[in-house]
Amino acid sequence: MTYKGKARKFGDNINTDEIIPARYLITTDPRELAAHCMEDADKDFAKKVKPGDIIVGGRNFGCGSSREHAPLAIKASAISLVIAESFARIFFRNSINIGLPIVESAGAAKRIRNKDNLRIDMERGIIRNLTRKESYRFEKYPPFMRKIIRAGGLINSIKKRLKLKA
Amino acid sequence: MGYTITEKILLKHTKAKDIYPGQFINAKVDICLANDITAPLAIEEFGKLGVKKVFDKKKIVLVPDHFTPAKDMKSANQCKIMANFARQYEIKNYFEVGRMGIEHALLPEMGLVLPGDLIIGADSHTCTYGALGAFSTGVGSTDFAICMITGECWLKVPESMKIEFFGRLNKWVGGKDLILHTIGDIGVDGARYMAMEFYGETIENLPMDDRFSMCNMAIEAGAKSGIIAPDKITMRYIKAIRKGLRPGIGKFYSSAHDAKYAYTKEYDARKIEPLVSCPNLPSNVKRVRELKEVYIDQVVIGSCTNGRISDLQLAAKVLRGKKVNSRVRMIVIPATQGIYLEAVKEGLSKLFVEAGGVFSTPTCGPCLGGHMGILAEGETAISTTNRNFIGRMGHPGSRVYLSNPAVAAASAIKGRIAHPDEVM
Repeated sequence: MTYKGKARKFGDNINTDEIIPARYLITTDPRELAAHCMEDADKDFAKKVKPGDIIVGGRNFGCGSSREHAPLAIKASAISLVIAESFARIFFRNSINIGLPIVESAGAAKRIRNKDNLRIDMERGIIRNLTRKESYRFEKYPPFMRKIIRAGGLINSIKKRLKLKA
Repeated sequence: MGYTITEKILLKHTKAKDIYPGQFINAKVDICLANDITAPLAIEEFGKLGVKKVFDKKKIVLVPDHFTPAKDMKSANQCKIMANFARQYEIKNYFEVGRMGIEHALLPEMGLVLPGDLIIGADSHTCTYGALGAFSTGVGSTDFAICMITGECWLKVPESMKIEFFGRLNKWVGGKDLILHTIGDIGVDGARYMAMEFYGETIENLPMDDRFSMCNMAIEAGAKSGIIAPDKITMRYIKAIRKGLRPGIGKFYSSAHDAKYAYTKEYDARKIEPLVSCPNLPSNVKRVRELKEVYIDQVVIGSCTNGRISDLQLAAKVLRGKKVNSRVRMIVIPATQGIYLEAVKEGLSKLFVEAGGVFSTPTCGPCLGGHMGILAEGETAISTTNRNFIGRMGHPGSRVYLSNPAVAAASAIKGRIAHPDEVM
């Protein structure tokens, strides 16, 4: 699987209140959530974002609350992938569970600038920065998580498991 | 090599024969919970699987606490989805408005959490129950949905870090200050993915409510869980619960002497003064004495961090016979109906109202900028809650300072951030 898109750069400790402020959590509709995605970090983000764009964050991306609405809002904004130096753990597991691809790469997070064109090769664990003509490596997921991702998220993966048992 | 308390609890809840950090396990849960924000999303996911029943009607807890009593039609609808689900699937532990409380204060009070439990909750502050010697961690709505069906949750076994406190606490210093001190030192990702184990003579003498405040904010250092080995204080707390909804007293675990830790920290409690976490990160910690120029518009005393009876008693002690500053709105929110009633019996509610404050029904409300005290652009609050991110309590251009209840009460009187000694 490869992804191609323009980088949308953010700083360290981007928290779930910035990704989707609690005032919008009165719905579970992904489109409504997407309309306010990243609003408290960049108020025009929803207007600027293009399908396939890639969010690039710094350390501890997605810290704060457990709201799955955060990765959902990002996914519904047609963001193809999130790259960060590191992820907060609940955001990380929520993304895996709902099938939002995320990649941890300190090198990439430090070097990539806003609007750089990126191509990510998930199988080989390589991020190519087409604008700067650089490459960065990332660790692939452990097999346990790859199974969930391959199934398209936790719900599909459990569906398979329950059917097998029956 | 011996196991940490966290590893012992996890091992007890899986089929694995051995356990080590980094290992993936499917763990059996004793209790799983969700609220009016996270449950509706989980119920949608649950619906996709076409399952007819839940794994155990007694082990699922649903609490409408965030936007309740419903603040508008959309949040009313979210609550309705949850209430209907609870009825349809005969969920025993659904707590309606009027019988509810902020989930992480309510569950221990109801005896739904016992030492040695493994608990997951679709709320990041689920880590609170570590105060009782349980392993508890926050997860997402999909995790909760799956858990309602299978009774299990996938977990990566965390590394543990050991945080030792020694020495007597200074006056006006409590569990909140100890955890703010820790977060200020290690940063908002200093314990990322780890189990934070608090220990030492200061902790051994720390009352239960203070232990709850500490474990509650483990997530603010990025931790997976916070935990304190259960002891006499834990035993007394468990035994005092009159209407325990689960039988027994749980299982008391502690770490082996040769258990392995990713790192350890030692803090001298005698050197810790009342602290305040400044905008916009919980790790931005300063001493109250450094912040006396900060004028405030609002004070919030409550939340899953500091809305328990001893928190209200402490605030009342500072406020007794005094008035809230004319420029300030003070909002006091007992965390549960039980605490509310106790505050009424002890005359605390009267004291807060006579001082010129609001005394509210239990709700998470203002902590997450939901309702019951939203900040306007440019406004500043001091609050006993747990987060001060941009826009957390309202407008992105407002500011939140975090403190213990005594500092919040003193600040309400002075109209600026104040040390309790200034008004006592």
